[in-house]
Amino acid sequence: MKTWFLDRLQNLGQWGLASLERLGRGTLFFIAVVGGIPEILRRGRLIVAQIYAVGALSLVIIVVSGIFVGMVLGLQGYNTLVDFGAAESLGELVALSLVRELGPVVTALLYAGRAGSALTAEIGLMKTTEQLSAMEMMAVDPLHRVIAPRLLAGIISMPLLAAIFSILGVYGGHFVGVTLLGVDDGAYWSQMQASVDWHEDIMNGVIKSFVFGIVVTWIALFEGYDTVPTSEGISLATTRTVVNSSLAVLGLDFVLTALMFNK
Amino acid sequence: MMTNTRTLEIVVGGFIFAGLVALLMLSMKVSNLTDIGGTDGYEIKAKFDNIGGLKVRSPVKMAGVKIGQVSAIDFDNTNYKAVATLKIDRRYDKIPTDTSAKIFTAGLLGEQYVSLEAGGDDHYLKQGGEITLVSNAVVLEQVIGQFLYNKAAGNDKK
Repeated sequence: MKTWFLDRLQNLGQWGLASLERLGRGTLFFIAVVGGIPEILRRGRLIVAQIYAVGALSLVIIVVSGIFVGMVLGLQGYNTLVDFGAAESLGELVALSLVRELGPVVTALLYAGRAGSALTAEIGLMKTTEQLSAMEMMAVDPLHRVIAPRLLAGIISMPLLAAIFSILGVYGGHFVGVTLLGVDDGAYWSQMQASVDWHEDIMNGVIKSFVFGIVVTWIALFEGYDTVPTSEGISLATTRTVVNSSLAVLGLDFVLTALMFNK
Repeated sequence: MMTNTRTLEIVVGGFIFAGLVALLMLSMKVSNLTDIGGTDGYEIKAKFDNIGGLKVRSPVKMAGVKIGQVSAIDFDNTNYKAVATLKIDRRYDKIPTDTSAKIFTAGLLGEQYVSLEAGGDDHYLKQGGEITLVSNAVVLEQVIGQFLYNKAAGNDKK
């Protein structure tokens, strides 16, 4: 009986220590990659290829999601606001929800699922087929040559994707509210413009998406780099990428919101 | 896999362009960026006993039209009043000196704003002028308190 309990404690301790060790490895990994960024900035061709893989290929899902999320916001928002006679505030509701929260967070979650898992699988496969080791043997630092362009591409793409998501959502809400449900077009835009502040709302949203871009791309790249070099290992790594980056995004979102939108 | 570098670079350029356009549209159409740094105006002061929920950048309206913004809110330590600095657009320079300032609420629960009602004086307010006729914000607790007091006084008379 006592040994069972001690065994569980030992497992907990092992898990805790292993997690800390992983976090440490991940941080050293991040620092090493960031150190390679100045060198990579001179080779634009690599970064452009990665922006295509990570950003441009995510456009389809971001565009479609943005429009539909905006439309749903418009519909549900109208249903509730009309009971208070406040249907004219629909533009304000849709814009603030998107710019402050839904834009950065939903984009980050979709990005983690689409681009994050792809990055993890790619880097994991490179590790499994020993391409990374081969590069090291040629005195090319794989962290600089392979990982750094992908991190940079993620950092550049995320804010752009979030902005595209938000603006399409606003127009989606406009389509549902003004064209389908009869909210006044002038009121939609003017109430929105009166309440959305450029510094407080839009810039804070951009900062959020920036932070999410760094965190999600970092987790995706590290999981790939650290994977057990088997096919099962890669499968585990992609799962961990999506789960961990989603949790990190949601947790960070709360922290950032508390910091930024404090009255 | 994309091996044609030219197509790839064009697509990436298009993506970055779309992102920047989205940011631009967010700034222009969705936010209040066009309002910031716009009003080059002259400043006048108004002293209130209670400004209620008035904030910096709250609108200043005359006949319902926005003619300026509240640019600063301070507290006067000598006569314990709130001093609101109103920045009026330079185009509206014919506001009489006996204009009165009141704090109203837009709608029932909306934001508060300063409403100016023109007086009849021939002299106009200039930079640094002060509006002396003020009426305070309606504070909900005072209204409720008054109502309850009146109710109690009405009951007492019976």
